[in-house]
Amino acid sequence: MEKLLYIALFAPLVSSLFAAIFAQRKKMQLVGIVASLLIIISFLASSALLSHLLSGGAVVTANLMDWIVVGDMDVKFGFMVDQVTAVMMVVVTLVSAVVHVYSNYYMEHDEGFNRFFSYLSAFVFSMLVLVMSDNFLGLFIGWEGVGVCSWLLVGFWYYKPDQPREVNPSISPSWAANEAFIMNRIADLGLLVGIFILYWNLGTLTYSEVFANLDKLSGGLMVAAAIALFIGAMGKSAQFPLHTWLADAMEGPTPVSALIHAATMVTAGVYLVIRANPLYSQVPDVGYFIAVLGTFVAIFAASMALVNRDLKRIIAYSTLSQLGYMFAAAGLGAYWVALFHLAAHAFFKALLFLGAGNVMHAMDDELDIFKMGGLKKVMAKTYLYMGVASLALAGIWPFAGFYSKDTILEVAFNEHTYGIWFVLWLTAGLTAFYSFRQVFLVFEGDERYKKYGFHPHEAPNWVFIALLPLLVLAIVFGWWKEEFMEFVTLILPPYEMSEETHHVAWILILLTSAIAIGGIVLAYIKYANGLKRDPKIENSFIYKLLQNQYYIPVFYDKAIVKPYAELSDIAWKEIDLEMIDATVDGIAKAIEVTGDKSREIQNGNLSTYLRWMVAGFIIITILAVVSVVIK
Amino acid sequence: MSLTLTHYLILSVILFVIGMIGVIRRKNLLMLFFATEIMLNAANVALVALSSYIGDLTGQLFALFIMAIAASEVAVGLGLLILVYKKQGTLDLDNLTLLKG
Repeated sequence: MEKLLYIALFAPLVSSLFAAIFAQRKKMQLVGIVASLLIIISFLASSALLSHLLSGGAVVTANLMDWIVVGDMDVKFGFMVDQVTAVMMVVVTLVSAVVHVYSNYYMEHDEGFNRFFSYLSAFVFSMLVLVMSDNFLGLFIGWEGVGVCSWLLVGFWYYKPDQPREVNPSISPSWAANEAFIMNRIADLGLLVGIFILYWNLGTLTYSEVFANLDKLSGGLMVAAAIALFIGAMGKSAQFPLHTWLADAMEGPTPVSALIHAATMVTAGVYLVIRANPLYSQVPDVGYFIAVLGTFVAIFAASMALVNRDLKRIIAYSTLSQLGYMFAAAGLGAYWVALFHLAAHAFFKALLFLGAGNVMHAMDDELDIFKMGGLKKVMAKTYLYMGVASLALAGIWPFAGFYSKDTILEVAFNEHTYGIWFVLWLTAGLTAFYSFRQVFLVFEGDERYKKYGFHPHEAPNWVFIALLPLLVLAIVFGWWKEEFMEFVTLILPPYEMSEETHHVAWILILLTSAIAIGGIVLAYIKYANGLKRDPKIENSFIYKLLQNQYYIPVFYDKAIVKPYAELSDIAWKEIDLEMIDATVDGIAKAIEVTGDKSREIQNGNLSTYLRWMVAGFIIITILAVVSVVIK
Repeated sequence: MSLTLTHYLILSVILFVIGMIGVIRRKNLLMLFFATEIMLNAANVALVALSSYIGDLTGQLFALFIMAIAASEVAVGLGLLILVYKKQGTLDLDNLTLLKG
């Protein structure tokens, strides 16, 4: 079993290094094929581990080596595959494998083909380190690793020039990459502080030991650790107020958005909360805060998706919104439900993104859905795939999203947090509306693209075969809800609905389905028969507010970035140049001048030297006499 | 009036100062040698006088050492002086400034 673990972990690393060898060369199809195969191997190994655990096998652990042994500190480079990790591994490697295969199509004309695979595989490796580590430090390494890979991949087309915010809200790939990285760094400080608190007070970083000794922490420390860890999760999972980077990260190639910014990396924060569930169960207030924040983000992001015209940004906001659902569930203590939604979401959201990638490819990288329309004639298969993904996202029976989202709503009801339930219920309607607004605007109605001179074409068949696993899972994954629950609650705390909730469950399901279907119908009425733009609505305050993301990016720009830049300018010109540089220069100058002046002593005349020697002798004599007298 | 330690020491100081002035003022390398010899012997006078005053022979032994070393130093030094003179044609310090930095 240990071998399987190492194969799953290191196959992506080998893939990355292999691709890196050819990174500077022209496109080599071989690189794409080898990388895809290695990721598939990793997926197979992960599946084998999952089936081992499914058949009642023991948790697999492996200790690669001693990592840090300093004084009392002893951190091992250890890995552990338990039920949660196995689920995460299979989700990550499956989506990664599909995305790798898909990238062979999407990046076929890109000059950086080999480089792309190197980064992508490196990401998979980092993500696996993150989920497989058996201690917080390993998690942190993976956490930073995925951050770096995200930076590399968002900024993949780093040479694109900056544009004003009105033209392109994310300015440029390199700008977006830096924004994502810096925001994550801010949050990572929180994660680090959390890890420090745990280490200082418990003297260990291994999950099992930390959680076994939690009662040694005082209440205040526990709250502090929980909050600090959650701040880290907020950054990675783009929760408010650190959410702006996720939409801007759409500057990266679409497979990257599908893999990193929808299915895997952004769910790392949810994974952290699920993993640290013994800690969060002890501090229900923090849990409640997480749930409220998640609920807020769910509706907040969904509202921004309502009016956006950018194909990828809409999906990015929906990701944000769904992450909010996951945090709501995790915060309310239903950890397995959060994990269930995480997995279901990974499948249908990756599918949605890759479908959007097909559309982009067909439309020469055009993203404005107002310029599309009527694509179903040429892209019927993509319509089917994206339609299924959107149905799953909207939570329509019997697709995956229905089961996971409904369970979250039931949890909210069961906890008697009716406010959370109501907002999430409303968000379900918004979700259905915006996802089908997008689908209908792209595929139904009048063929607006003709006016702009596009010649769309469908992707080759093998691409759809590659996407098939995601399509199937987006449909059937929810059917395994009971089995999933039994499997992961072996290590996660079980969550039982009360008798009362059981009785009203069918009403809740009806209500949720009703609002979801209502949203779809509304979208159909408004957008399926072509785009009719209403300048009155588009110029209204709310529309503008939503379109400009509540002016939060502008606010950050004005309130944080600009003052910080000015502060840096002052620090550079006033403090660094005037004070620090001047001091250093002054010392050097003083030495130079003294040297220059005293150089004259050395004129080569022995007589002068001797006079100086005598002068020195006299000074020393005087000093000796004085010191004797003083004594 | 008999000779006391003070007299010897004053003599030593006078000799030393004479030697030192010679070192400072003289421009001829040979004269510098003489001046250093005077200074060395000033130290010898002080050593012997103090040794006799304290009743410890070490000082007088030390004076003998200094004489021996001064003799060998003069031997080597004079050899070098001759070489310098052969090469440069002068012993005037103002003209011997090869080491100017």
